Amino acid sequence: MSFPWAKQYTPSHPFMKWMDERLPVPRLVYNAVGGGYEVPRNLNYFWNFGFLAGLCLVLQIVTGIVMAMHYAANTEVAFDTIEHTVRDVNWGWLMRYAHANGASAFFVVIYVHIFRGFYFGSYKAPREMVWLLGVVIFLLMMATAFMGYVLPWGQMSFWGAKVITGLFSAIPLVGEPLQQWLLGGFAPDNAALNRFFSLHYLLPFVIVGVVILHIWALHIPGSSNPTGVEVKSESDTVPFYPYYVAKDGWAIGVFAILYCAMVFFAPNYLGHPDNYIPANPMSTPAHIVPEWYFWPFYAILRAFTQDFFFIPAKLMGVLAMFGAILVWFFLPWLDKSPIRSSSYRPLYKKFFWFGLIPTMAVLFYCGGAAAEEPYVMISQIAALYYFAHFLIILPIVSAIEKPKPLPFSITEAVLGKDEDAKLEPSA
Amino acid sequence: MARILSILVGLFFTVALAWSLGLGFYTWATEPAQPTAEHEFHEHPKHVSFASDGPFGTFDKQQLQRGFQVYQQVCAACHALKHVAFRDLEKIGYNEPEVKAIAAQFQIPKYDEMTGMVETVEGTPTDYFPPVMYAGQGSPPDLSLITKARHDGGPYVYSLLTGYQDQPAELLEHFPDAKTPDGLYYNPYFPNLNLAMPAPLMEDMVTYSDGTPATVDQMAKDVSAFLIWTAEPTMDKRKQTGWPILGFLLFATILGYMSYRNIWANKKH
Repeated sequence: MSFPWAKQYTPSHPFMKWMDERLPVPRLVYNAVGGGYEVPRNLNYFWNFGFLAGLCLVLQIVTGIVMAMHYAANTEVAFDTIEHTVRDVNWGWLMRYAHANGASAFFVVIYVHIFRGFYFGSYKAPREMVWLLGVVIFLLMMATAFMGYVLPWGQMSFWGAKVITGLFSAIPLVGEPLQQWLLGGFAPDNAALNRFFSLHYLLPFVIVGVVILHIWALHIPGSSNPTGVEVKSESDTVPFYPYYVAKDGWAIGVFAILYCAMVFFAPNYLGHPDNYIPANPMSTPAHIVPEWYFWPFYAILRAFTQDFFFIPAKLMGVLAMFGAILVWFFLPWLDKSPIRSSSYRPLYKKFFWFGLIPTMAVLFYCGGAAAEEPYVMISQIAALYYFAHFLIILPIVSAIEKPKPLPFSITEAVLGKDEDAKLEPSA
Repeated sequence: MARILSILVGLFFTVALAWSLGLGFYTWATEPAQPTAEHEFHEHPKHVSFASDGPFGTFDKQQLQRGFQVYQQVCAACHALKHVAFRDLEKIGYNEPEVKAIAAQFQIPKYDEMTGMVETVEGTPTDYFPPVMYAGQGSPPDLSLITKARHDGGPYVYSLLTGYQDQPAELLEHFPDAKTPDGLYYNPYFPNLNLAMPAPLMEDMVTYSDGTPATVDQMAKDVSAFLIWTAEPTMDKRKQTGWPILGFLLFATILGYMSYRNIWANKKH
């Protein structure tokens, strides 16, 4: 669907006309990311991160396919095949570092994308499906990244796999058999490595599929915008091409500069040195930590140190860690405020900037730190706020808050209430 | 209804966390963690600079050759270098006959498919450094990746090699249980302070072919530089490739920004 004033695709070349009548792929592209997609004119730079996330996905698939050409999923040689790729394959080092840092870049971009959604209420009607599919993508990304980190079969790969699959053993009754079934053994070994490789290759394409649904669902109501006011007239929007192609284009440049600076000058900065030690089931690393993008959730997992009534601490931690993400699925129904953008929600805005953001920063830091005091207590306070924020504060705030007056339209928000704004045509 | 349900779920998690926090705080306040010798006496690597440091870093081939000499004459007795091939030594300035000569000094185990026997033959440039049969207790780590496998790798190796000392009296006074056991050696740069490797370097242990005086400090620095190279022989190429790419991206981004400004010029947003 589209706004009535959106331009229609008109093939000019006879071949494109022929094609359009049989398989209208050019029309699809035109309506998705071309001149046929009308977008609010007032998007800020936070709206560039969706496009960047798509770029990261393509980057990961391309570099990943090349890496897979030189990799062998066998515990005897997995570590050595990666080293061989880095040392002896032409530009192998570039592929390896581009892929490893590409995962980090993907998560940086996706976290900004998600938190933009939190701030500007992108999850609210009529975009609930966009949001739900987005959370599904995030979960798939986490699974893919976790399994990818296991493939080099270094110390952190092995012990990370052991800890994370060990979480399933916390489930009552079926936990232990479930863990063994997932691993294909009692501990991570060849069977686990092979299935992780298989799934690590499969899941990115599943992500591509869900991304297509995500964009499809987005294009039904069209993009949201920083005011949260829906598009009312033609003067509110600009066509995606050339306006947002140009804006995304130079944003890609900035992203690429930062990303390449990491790949070429600090490619191991975000990794853990222990993963350059081949996996050794007999020697446990001093501190087992996952990759940085899991730290906030790892901190929540470790925050539960005491049994809670009949629920063991470990099970509480597992429930909370998964719950911390699953709660996002319910966001459209937890936040009942009809106002989307936090710019017009004075109370929620305070909780966002002084509550949620510092909490995430603290959880992030504590998740990477050793599991000792005072980090455990600090992460407990932060995790406490995290759950309170989404499950208690948000529903109450959205009920009692007095929002600020909204602008009449996007055009008015951009141009002000002057005569020019009134003269712009309205549909 | 949904609101009440959500608040109840929220209370479930927050109360459980408050419970953990309360008991954790009580334990922390009543039984403060005891300091350990590792915590008090472990030291971060010394500050030492290498030619390969920083975004413009390259390898000092002369130094790498000296470092290789130290590796070959000292470290190789116990430590393998399995990810490095003899042919790689051409990248640090040895020519083909020299590499052949170096490879020939090593005995490579070869499996004979006809007889099922493992025989040792002289190494050739395409062979990798062979495994080392270590007769003593423990397993000395392979050194190919050691500088990547430790925080601050190059300085760490240098600090470890030059960091052997007698156990401080203060340590023994406060932590009598932490006395270095027989057969281990005290070194504050090692995570648990005691390691099985005795101080491997002694003055003039190696006679450098370029005439550099072989002090312990010099040898430690050279072999650390060599091990930075073995961990990533393509590092100089990586850094040299990065600059033109960043230059191109900067140029493309400026052009991109200008076209963005141009396209949006008449559109207030």
